[in-house]
Amino acid sequence: MAKGHLVFILALTFISCSKQPQSKHEASGAGSIEGKLTVPAASEDGQWLMAAKDYANTRYSALDQINTGNVANLREAWSFSTGATNGHEAAPLVVGDTMYVVTPFPNMLYALDLKNGGTLKWSYDPKASPAAKGVACCDVVNRGAAYWNGRIYYNTLDDHTVAVDAATGKEIWKTKLGEFTNGESITMAPIVVKDKVLVGNSGGEMGVRGWLTALDAGTGKISWRAYSTGPDKDVLIGPNFKPFYAADRGTDLGVKSWPPDQWKIGGGGVWGWISYDPEANLIYYGTANPGPWNPDIRPGDNKWTCGIFARNPENGEARWFYQWSPHDVHDWDGINEQILLDLDLNGNKRKVLVRCERNGYVYVLDRLTGEVLSATPYVHITTTRGVDLKTGRLQFIAEKAPGTGRIVRDICPFAAGAKDWQPTAFSPKTGLVYIPHNNMCEDAEGTEVSYIAGTPYVGSHVRMYAGPGGNRGVYTAWDPVAAKPVFQIKERFPVWSGTVATAGDVTFYGTMDGWFKAIHARTGQLLWQHKLGSGIIGQPITYKGPDGKQYVAILAGVGGWAGAIVAGGFDPRDATAGLGFVQPMADLPNYTTKGGTLYVFSLP
Amino acid sequence: MFFRFLNPALLMMLLLASGCEREQRRFDEPTAASAPVDSIRMTPQQPGPMTPVPATKAPYSENAYALNEGKRLYSAYNCEGCHFLGGGGMGPALMDDKWIYGSDPANIFETIVQGRPNGMPSFGAKIPRYQIWQLVSYVRSMSGLAKSDIAPNRNDSMQARPAEAMTKPEHPKQ
Repeated sequence: MAKGHLVFILALTFISCSKQPQSKHEASGAGSIEGKLTVPAASEDGQWLMAAKDYANTRYSALDQINTGNVANLREAWSFSTGATNGHEAAPLVVGDTMYVVTPFPNMLYALDLKNGGTLKWSYDPKASPAAKGVACCDVVNRGAAYWNGRIYYNTLDDHTVAVDAATGKEIWKTKLGEFTNGESITMAPIVVKDKVLVGNSGGEMGVRGWLTALDAGTGKISWRAYSTGPDKDVLIGPNFKPFYAADRGTDLGVKSWPPDQWKIGGGGVWGWISYDPEANLIYYGTANPGPWNPDIRPGDNKWTCGIFARNPENGEARWFYQWSPHDVHDWDGINEQILLDLDLNGNKRKVLVRCERNGYVYVLDRLTGEVLSATPYVHITTTRGVDLKTGRLQFIAEKAPGTGRIVRDICPFAAGAKDWQPTAFSPKTGLVYIPHNNMCEDAEGTEVSYIAGTPYVGSHVRMYAGPGGNRGVYTAWDPVAAKPVFQIKERFPVWSGTVATAGDVTFYGTMDGWFKAIHARTGQLLWQHKLGSGIIGQPITYKGPDGKQYVAILAGVGGWAGAIVAGGFDPRDATAGLGFVQPMADLPNYTTKGGTLYVFSLP
Repeated sequence: MFFRFLNPALLMMLLLASGCEREQRRFDEPTAASAPVDSIRMTPQQPGPMTPVPATKAPYSENAYALNEGKRLYSAYNCEGCHFLGGGGMGPALMDDKWIYGSDPANIFETIVQGRPNGMPSFGAKIPRYQIWQLVSYVRSMSGLAKSDIAPNRNDSMQARPAEAMTKPEHPKQ
């Protein structure tokens, strides 16, 4: 492939994510929030308004005070204990001179005063039901909030979306979106597009039926809901649905690609990341695994699970769909982030999305049509033979599919995939995608399973272990044009944190044994590291404080699926414990204890 | 004359009649298996002089068939979905020495019947009482709290944990 130019669309996304709140904010009257939350007009305003930083999901900051030459001097500025002890996967937000932090269950929201060393301004308790903890497959995590028009929006484990006044902490509305007694929960960070809060459910291990819901940002009323399975009218598939590949065309495929009625409990949750292209007016998001894991119970392509939808955010109508893993047999939820980029590929300027998929391939898709332009392995793969670019279909190796009473060994990547939820970052300066990810394999066996509403619906025994080399985690810098890695850093444990890229050519990520690291964005050299109080699975951010200095913030607090052994105190003698992720992490308790703390760093 | 009647089949019947609880198959479940438990205590602490908490004997704790039934039901009722094969994951581990709501058979029985506020569903309206007692005895065997000749010896599938019968007894703490 010819090396080409790489053009980024950050300007586009900054305009969309920072300008709109500003104008809305002014229109609604600055007086109500004391004028503190004014969003500067500059394209890089130094704030962090949504978990992914921008609609393109770049997690890139143009701040460059902290750079490769001085990052070694970074030191702790202040910290804040969240009081929660489960996995902290959220990204803090920075709006004006306030930082907002969402905790795992009980899903507290804290506002911290950046003008006053992070002093607590107020806290908000959504009073989520503790019973909902029983339906969270993989620790009671929360991935963060979104700021829009003077309000903080986020989701609670017990299936509510709340809007909280960013200045006062007062609840403005609270909308119930699902029933945790049926196995539904919500862990994802919402995004707000055109006055609509977009929220999806979790529960692919509980026999739920996945959906994405849009709520009116002003009132909290549900404006549309698009299911991931079932008849076209429920999936919001109409005349404007034009998938690129023939396999996705037809009527009611969300019913026909399942055994009778199995789609009603077929999974396809929407618990990952949503991108938005304002020019095309399309949102992009992935759908999770079909349920149960045991594939023998659900012959068929199981649409529309393990795929990606492009939709009109205003009415939710589907425009195209592509299925990463048709008839998924390995729990490869297709929910990872997609970074929206404009790439010059072989002399043609293409509007693409880059997806580091759980199934082990980095995909480059035409984001206007859903055509697969390339799919390149970024980890060791034993389960598939690549993607047929004519049909778009992933080529599964049949002998590697577990089934009822059939144990299959050496499945790579394992159920949590080459990369799970932990989001990547893209730097327009280096042209590289920074991928925090896993290097693990598994043995798996399908079992019989009863569907009992509100209880797990998995039907699988899984035994996980490290992949080739023995390092369970990797941090990879990937060139999306040349489709190859530029450098790789091996880590003892899965790299379960997010990452941030900066104009100072420094990227940051954290490890599950508690090291927060600064990396040279071009060479991969470790420039600085600092040991935090607990393992790190959060999303680092960087921002400009009220004093004009650049800061870096990260939540420590180990847990999540990979860290459940510490957060939940599980017993590694059972290879199946924690959906298989407890035993391979048996040594994690030797390195870290649980406990959530926000850390903020700056130069002296 | 006496020995003419003592053929092997009769000998077997005599042996069984002599009361081998381990191998017993019941056509009627014992009354204790359907009766409610009197009361459970969630703490050893009490005001005033200590009165001992009488340990409840589970009606099936000596019956291998019932423990194997418990193992089958543990999977069929999706206990396994949350607690896995004892290591835990969504619910707490059951093969270790930690018992949030008590390790006494009566405590486990009531935990299954009533549910618990941090995620344990209430199964009392779904599962017959005698099956809950079978589950109780099986759950205790997961941490070695059943005799090794009563507890299950192997899985029918992937051997993902030491067999219950081979599990070293834990010393429950609460």
